Amino acid sequence: MLIPFSWLSDYVDITLPAAELAHRLTMAGIEAGDVVTRGGWDNCVVGYVRSTRPHPDADSLTLCVVDPGDGDAIEVVCGAPNVAAGQNICFARPGAFLINTHNGRREELKPARIRGVVSEGMICSEAELGISDEHDGIIVLPADATPGVPLDDVLGDVFLELELTPNRGDCLSILGVAREIGAITGQPVRIPDVAYPETGPPVDNLARVTIADPDLCQRYTASVISGIQISPSPAWLQDRLARAGLRPINNVVDVTNYVMLEFNQPLHAFDLDTVADAHVVVRRAAAGEQFTTLDGITRTLSTDNLLIADPAKAIGIGGVMGGANSEITAATTTMLLESATFHDLNNRRTSTGLGLRTEASLRFEKGLRPDLAPIALRRATQLILQTAGGTAAAGIIDVFPARPPDTPVPLTEQRLRQVLGMDLDIARAESVLASLGIATRRTGPDSLAADPPYWRSDIAIEEDLIEEVVRIIGYDEVPTTMLSSPIPYHQANPMTGLKDAVRDALAAAGMEETISYPLLSASDLERLHTAGNGAAGNDPAPTLRVSNPMSAEYDIMRPTLSASILNTLAYNQAHNDGGFRLFEVGRAFIPQAAAGDAGELSAELPIERELAAGVMSGPRYNANWLNPAAAMDFFDASGALSGALARLGLAAAFEPADGATPGDGIFNDGIFNDGASNQSMFHPGRYASIAASTDGAPPVPVGIVGEIHPDVRDAFGLRPEPVAYFELRLAALLEIVQAAGQSEHRFRSLSRFPAANRDLALLAPVNVPAGQLRQLIQRVRLVERTELFDVYDGPNLPAGARSLAFRIWFRAPDRTLTAAEIDRAVNGLTRVLEREGGATVRS
Amino acid sequence: MFAVSAPDNQSPTPESVDAMTQAALGELDAVSDAPAAEDWRVSYLGRRGQLTMLLRGLSGLDPDLRRAVGARANQAKSTLEEALARRTRELAQAALEASGRLDVTLPGRPVIAGRLHPTTQIVREICSAFMAMGFSVVEGPEVELDHYNFEMLNIPAGHPARDMWNSLWIDYRNEQGQQPMLLRTHTSPMQARVMEAQEPPVRVIVPGKCYRYEATDATHEWHFYQIEGLAVAEGITFADLKGTLYEFARRVFGDDRQIRFRCDYFPFVEPGVDMSISNFRDPTTGQRPINRDEDWIEIMGAGMVHPKVLAGVGYDPQRYTGFAFGMGPERIGMLKYGIDDIRHFYSNDVRFLRQF
Repeated sequence: MLIPFSWLSDYVDITLPAAELAHRLTMAGIEAGDVVTRGGWDNCVVGYVRSTRPHPDADSLTLCVVDPGDGDAIEVVCGAPNVAAGQNICFARPGAFLINTHNGRREELKPARIRGVVSEGMICSEAELGISDEHDGIIVLPADATPGVPLDDVLGDVFLELELTPNRGDCLSILGVAREIGAITGQPVRIPDVAYPETGPPVDNLARVTIADPDLCQRYTASVISGIQISPSPAWLQDRLARAGLRPINNVVDVTNYVMLEFNQPLHAFDLDTVADAHVVVRRAAAGEQFTTLDGITRTLSTDNLLIADPAKAIGIGGVMGGANSEITAATTTMLLESATFHDLNNRRTSTGLGLRTEASLRFEKGLRPDLAPIALRRATQLILQTAGGTAAAGIIDVFPARPPDTPVPLTEQRLRQVLGMDLDIARAESVLASLGIATRRTGPDSLAADPPYWRSDIAIEEDLIEEVVRIIGYDEVPTTMLSSPIPYHQANPMTGLKDAVRDALAAAGMEETISYPLLSASDLERLHTAGNGAAGNDPAPTLRVSNPMSAEYDIMRPTLSASILNTLAYNQAHNDGGFRLFEVGRAFIPQAAAGDAGELSAELPIERELAAGVMSGPRYNANWLNPAAAMDFFDASGALSGALARLGLAAAFEPADGATPGDGIFNDGIFNDGASNQSMFHPGRYASIAASTDGAPPVPVGIVGEIHPDVRDAFGLRPEPVAYFELRLAALLEIVQAAGQSEHRFRSLSRFPAANRDLALLAPVNVPAGQLRQLIQRVRLVERTELFDVYDGPNLPAGARSLAFRIWFRAPDRTLTAAEIDRAVNGLTRVLEREGGATVRS
Repeated sequence: MFAVSAPDNQSPTPESVDAMTQAALGELDAVSDAPAAEDWRVSYLGRRGQLTMLLRGLSGLDPDLRRAVGARANQAKSTLEEALARRTRELAQAALEASGRLDVTLPGRPVIAGRLHPTTQIVREICSAFMAMGFSVVEGPEVELDHYNFEMLNIPAGHPARDMWNSLWIDYRNEQGQQPMLLRTHTSPMQARVMEAQEPPVRVIVPGKCYRYEATDATHEWHFYQIEGLAVAEGITFADLKGTLYEFARRVFGDDRQIRFRCDYFPFVEPGVDMSISNFRDPTTGQRPINRDEDWIEIMGAGMVHPKVLAGVGYDPQRYTGFAFGMGPERIGMLKYGIDDIRHFYSNDVRFLRQF
């Protein structure tokens, strides 16, 4: 909100430059953004319109004779409909810099010939002075303005723009800000006197108030003024409201707004003649009760909404907006002025529920103190008597069913030091609190009790007082120390550690990390299920939805990373050339189903499954003179995975996942059969389960890898080239790593004896997986390791057979192997391969 | 080819040995490749080479002459051997120069380099700064209960401060018709979860994703990371809060940037703190890449843990005190690297990712 200095100065002397003041307020917790300066209107003065006559050649223009305060008579052309003789106006002489309303630029004013008449100046609108966009008429200054006075002195001002935190509703008022400034600068604050002549009959003879629901209305105070005359407000009042950004309406409504801005208490004025029996009843609305608010909208209410009513009808929604049926009109002569304390949470529910957040509800929802109500009431009554005349009843109505007990807040020197870690004595605290208007009394040599003042609703506990003290002293005064309390035992967090290790391993395998929104659309998930006949795919599982998504693109918590990373790949294919190796470590969200109820969610939080997913697609290398241009495929992904898992101390094994035995594949093992990942998204015959193992332990399934089905690839808008995708379940990986004990890396002593190698070309049926032959080889004694270095399935081979060439290393830990020993090992190997793998050695 | 001249009738003299040596050296200079050098070696130093033969014939000379010629001939042998070795190296070098030349400006054989997302890198840097100060890293759920996201943090239902965290709610209603689950709006719910699970002292940092129902622009994303910190024990003070966060900023931003603490409000701390860092100018352009008009940029909310939060998890707020803080790593990355738009982070354009 904008705080004008001109108004602020009524209550406190401003002794600091505006920018410095804004900085000090900001440091103290009242964030003041830009200091807005209005003015700097050189060559602009208050002018007096002596006479007007129509322009001889233009109906819409008026010729005005303006006295700029020195008795001169200057003729200017004015196009505003509201110009009239006898007005004080803003007069700009040639040389003034004004906003050109045609182009928005600031330009120098020059004498101009307008339709044949020379205009030696200009009568300004708000737009031309840069005050607002208002350009429909000229500014009419108060009648008591003095012609010749520089315009800066009349309209110029400086504004603080505040961004308030929700606890400091008190600074939604000018007085609240003045109190802060007083505390910061050590200046006294002048609180307006609120007394007025109570010359009418006793108020209880004129009206009465009943609170039927005291849980929602803590206090209701009211005054009655008779014989008022509704008219536009005096210029000073209109000017103040305008500077604070409110539109003047009439003298009574303007006063209620003025006092709201001054004291922070929203008020409402009723035409008492429209209130049946002059009896105000504060009650809950009936279910479905309808009410038409001041803005002309008829609203349907519930029993959670609080109404201001009379015995016959509702006349306002408490603390939100009054009704059209009881508002102040030009004909109003007797009014009831309301200043009440409504329940903060209920007020907020009502205003947000009705979509009707008003200046009043913004204040009530932050919690107002009931002690504020009568003070503001008296101030507003006083100002209405001044601006609208009339007679105020004697006394005020004050219905306060349950006055809360005083709740003094204690503060001890010991606690101050315990919390702040600085030497601060109670006397210093006492004086700071006093500067904020917080009354305190000593309860001991090192302790005090403070009474929260009526304008603050955020001081309830000792720490609140400590903050008051330290924010005014300044956070800079607090010393800077390093933690000296005991360091807790380190908490190992193996999953976090594993995720970092997986990221590093995949990056080391040449992949780039991405991070995407974990929300998807239903159509993203459908794309995963578009392939083939879909029969092999699992049914889509129930998903977790967001009820107020940012957009329809992001309304489902992803049950898999696959759609995310395929979208990321598609984005990059659209924007960049080349091949992509992308991965993401993130979570998939699996809702917990309610027991025994298909499709219903339970109240439990979803399972957040940690995954690593990756895609590889496009040319293996960017165009270069050394490497052939070839597209990445399944083996790029499986190779990268082998490398990455090796870095984690794990051996990877890949098995066909569309397994020979139905119900035995990885998609049915309890890890992948949840519908999140589905078989049908893969190219038939080109996907595998990934099993990982530490040294010697049996392999455990940890993920899947495969080429994406061409239909799915097309559905994601990807280029027509192989897309290899993989997904690792990190919980499964973690189990393996943890089962390995202290470390998944195990030292093996280095043999002093040399290894010998032999190459073996095998002829094997094509349906025997190479992985199986490799395992057979590695089981044989003395075999240290083996690599497959050639695969040939061209002509010259028996039908249904292919050739696989392995290089095999033999080594013994305790001796150099003899040729005869190696021959024996090879012979053994050959027999095993023939018997168990159907493979023969090619001669 | 070099002629293997027959021993002439004249007996060798030191002078004739010298003459032969000079002739050989001259011939060696003319040798231009390895086979010619081998021929030359055979011609002089080979089994039937001139010098070999000469040495073999020494036995027939008179002792004085034999001694003189022998010494000269042995000297000549080592001279020629050294000259040959030198010439051989020269020739090898010349051969490498002639045939082994590469165009070293051709592009190298590509190695595929992977990399980590900038957010990961910043989160790691921040976490390690705090781990060095005794903090442990924990993580929590991204789909969170209202209970932990708000209630336990002194933000009851209907609290106006809830406006500070516009939430994305999970489409699930309980029997009371309430929506108890949401995407966490901050990592602060882990404060209560951690304290419920352990006794003080506590020192943890919590990195993770958060979500807010907010329009996006250059400095706001609805999906972002936050790093929460919490230290609770006997004797922890506001001064410790300042010291710890100063040290963090010094480690991450270096000594050149200024730090400012001011009063701010978060319902789960009291007193509340906003930590800002001095804005900076790009040294080459002189421009501020982000928040051009501002001298200070908020990077962190913090404060002393509110006694209600401590009491809520069963800690005695009179005995234990502590501080909490929360920061956005993307914003810190923007400040550190001069990134002008937060939306780059999760668009995953490799042109962005490859800059880090």
